[in-house]
Amino acid sequence: MRDDAPLLEFDAVNTHYGDLHVLKGVDYTMSSTDIIVLLGGNASGKSTTMKTIMGTVTPTAGEVRYRGDVINRLSTAGRVKRGIAPVLEARRLFPRMTVFENLEMGAYTQKRGAEFEADLERVYELFPRVKERRGQLAGTLSGGEQQMVAIGRALMARPRLICMDEPSMGLSPRFVEVVFGIIQTINRQGVAIFMVEQNANMALQIADRGYVLQTGRVVLAGPAAELAANPAIREAYLGELHVEA
Amino acid sequence: MTGSAIFLQQIVNGVSLGAVYALLALGFTLVYGILELINFAHFSVFMVGAFVALVVLQAFGLQGQSVVLHGAPLVLVLLVALVVTMVASGALGVMIERYTLRPMRNVKGPMAMITTIGVSYILFNLVLLATNAQAINFPDPMPAASYHVGGVVIRLKEILIWIVSAALMVGLNLFVKRTRLGKAMRAVAQDAEAARMMGVDVDHVVMIAFFAGSALAGAAGMIFGLYYNFAQYSIGYTAGLRAFTAAVLGGIGNVPGAMLGGIVIGLIETLGSQYIAARWADVIIFSILIGTLVFRPAGLLGMLAPNRS
Repeated sequence: MRDDAPLLEFDAVNTHYGDLHVLKGVDYTMSSTDIIVLLGGNASGKSTTMKTIMGTVTPTAGEVRYRGDVINRLSTAGRVKRGIAPVLEARRLFPRMTVFENLEMGAYTQKRGAEFEADLERVYELFPRVKERRGQLAGTLSGGEQQMVAIGRALMARPRLICMDEPSMGLSPRFVEVVFGIIQTINRQGVAIFMVEQNANMALQIADRGYVLQTGRVVLAGPAAELAANPAIREAYLGELHVEA
Repeated sequence: MTGSAIFLQQIVNGVSLGAVYALLALGFTLVYGILELINFAHFSVFMVGAFVALVVLQAFGLQGQSVVLHGAPLVLVLLVALVVTMVASGALGVMIERYTLRPMRNVKGPMAMITTIGVSYILFNLVLLATNAQAINFPDPMPAASYHVGGVVIRLKEILIWIVSAALMVGLNLFVKRTRLGKAMRAVAQDAEAARMMGVDVDHVVMIAFFAGSALAGAAGMIFGLYYNFAQYSIGYTAGLRAFTAAVLGGIGNVPGAMLGGIVIGLIETLGSQYIAARWADVIIFSILIGTLVFRPAGLLGMLAPNRS
């Protein structure tokens, strides 16, 4: 582990599902203060990237490095323990467990004690609504509330890096703004964010840098503002057509 | 006996029998909840459990009903037999999972379930050979004391069965509800992929579920032996099918449902035998199985739809 190393690096990472070649020599790099957004269409390899970060997919070539250490073969549990926590697509709370129990599951790899209580306080401070609902079954919450619990659950792992898969999916526009605001707050508290997001417009506004993935290759990378200004991006992901006046 | 005394007597008998079914149903439900697998090997683990208890009790010098113990020695002997039986049965369940089911984990279709039927037959036939297909007299060190309450006879044996069964069920409930591992088990049952992402070792959780379920099946086997005073290679079949019905009736995958289903099936068996005819008991029970599957597949206590995508 080196403190000067990037927080997370993908170095020419390739993955396969059987014969299917998904990621084809992908490079990413991010620091411990970054918000990174990954854009891409269907079957571009976004989900596979998330799975590779969380360790449920193992690269067939290349290296995934976390704080300077190669973690290609590190188990998901090992990654969570070392500070990589997920916010899963469609939230994936445990529906018949209470909100509090969901938060406990987020802290599964952590020791129970003063730190747990401090993390819990932090989540409750960030999401007073979650505190109100702590005794309720997670499956009975609204989509927005569930997303708060999902983010809170990730924070319970004391993460340095949170991987978010489509955090705005299925939320009302008002809640999307709330969620992006929270992501910025968490980031300012010292947690790096790597997110896959359909809502490119909002995501590029809060991100430091972005990557565009197409059929398993990074076709564009750069500061978020530059990507947001790029005509090809505007057309493909921001829903704008080129209408020349 | 008056009509109402007979009715109450059959309730007492039904609850005792139901306790056995409930303990056995818990194993079906724990494994199904996590793997969506109907584990037919569970039948035979129950039967093997009865024989383990029999051997342990014989090792204490108990043969048939000749030796009766009282007080501390009785409690101690039964407790040791129970613990040894539960650990041995639990270990058997873990081995079945580790060596026959884990390799089948990612095989689609009914292969894993068929494997459990195969394992069940192997154990069944091993015990059949070892015992020459004979029913073996089960040691019963319990005094024949009984209590008369309003015309109903409650035997000391039954009270002990109730206490042990209730303690095991409360224990399992506390384990699942309160402990870190129990919560992980529920999380895996509700969304295995998400649980893995929280850092839960799913294989470990599956192993614990098999251990707990099989240990309870062993306890049920010992209770069965003490209650009926015999053990035989074939006891797993009838009791297992009834307990499976209990698990389905209560809502398979649902822990309190398995307990409720067990007691209900026990009561149906005794009351049905009393008021209709013993030979109809199975007809009634399996009609309930089919009726539940057709009309209320989620069972009495039901479950919210699992959160699977």
